[in-house]
Amino acid sequence: MKFSVTVTLKKDVLDPQGKVVENTLDNLGFKNLKSIRQGKFFEIEINENDQEKAKNTVKEMCEKLLVNLIIEDYKINKL
Amino acid sequence: MKSSVIVFPGSNCDRDIALALEKMQFKNSMVWHKETFLPKSDLIVIPGGFSYGDYLRSGAIAGKSLIIDEVIKAAKSGCLVLGICNGFQILTETGLLEGTLLRNKNLKFINRDVNIKVLNNKTNFTSKYEIGQILKINIAHNEGNYFTNSKHLEQLNKENLIAFKYCDENGNVNNQSNPNGAIENIAGIFNQKKNILGMMPHPERMIDKLISNTDGVNLFSSLIN
Repeated sequence: MKFSVTVTLKKDVLDPQGKVVENTLDNLGFKNLKSIRQGKFFEIEINENDQEKAKNTVKEMCEKLLVNLIIEDYKINKL
Repeated sequence: MKSSVIVFPGSNCDRDIALALEKMQFKNSMVWHKETFLPKSDLIVIPGGFSYGDYLRSGAIAGKSLIIDEVIKAAKSGCLVLGICNGFQILTETGLLEGTLLRNKNLKFINRDVNIKVLNNKTNFTSKYEIGQILKINIAHNEGNYFTNSKHLEQLNKENLIAFKYCDENGNVNNQSNPNGAIENIAGIFNQKKNILGMMPHPERMIDKLISNTDGVNLFSSLIN
């Protein structure tokens, strides 16, 4: 069973990389750009047929290692 | 006094810190991260460097390595623990110190000597310094921008757990003297029991006039006391 995990900085944490990307896109002429937040993306495959169980495992992985909960939020999606 | 320096793949200040400790008469052991046995130590040092190439987040992988369980056990039983630079990042990843170290505000790797001010000298790490003493210490990092939640920040201030703050040469703590964007110019913090110190500056690089200065010496002589 495959899941994706997207990790982004929390709203109130400054994202200097995202800001630089945003400014550069603005320089390239994308004038309707509102904002950019940069993050991380993981594709995770689990040996488990029960979707609920598999999702819980991914959640545990996020909270134990993949995400720093002080500054980051995450979203899990089934692929 | 016995010390142990934990070595990860990618640590690169491990020999510098070992040299500093030996110069101060510590009996030092180097401990590889795959070990599950920690020699009996009065002081554990997690050195600077780029453990695991900073994969995932600085210090994240090292913070889950085999030896870390032993470090956590020792720290919780009162052993002195010093984390410098990547060592500080690793200590926050283990939860032994609260908060985290974000990317430098200017997105640049900063390698230069900066001024820091001693805020608390009633600890095993800083007793040989004066309060308000200004030290010139090297920093070399990409993620040194200390960040923590407002509740913990309040605790740091209230319980005098801030060890060092970035300042200018006259001791002024302000935005101009903040190299990396750290909250309240924080350069180093203690845990609540003050047996753990995490700091971004490198005192082990400041122990010999020949190559720099001796502003880091008193940190080690405080410890040997």
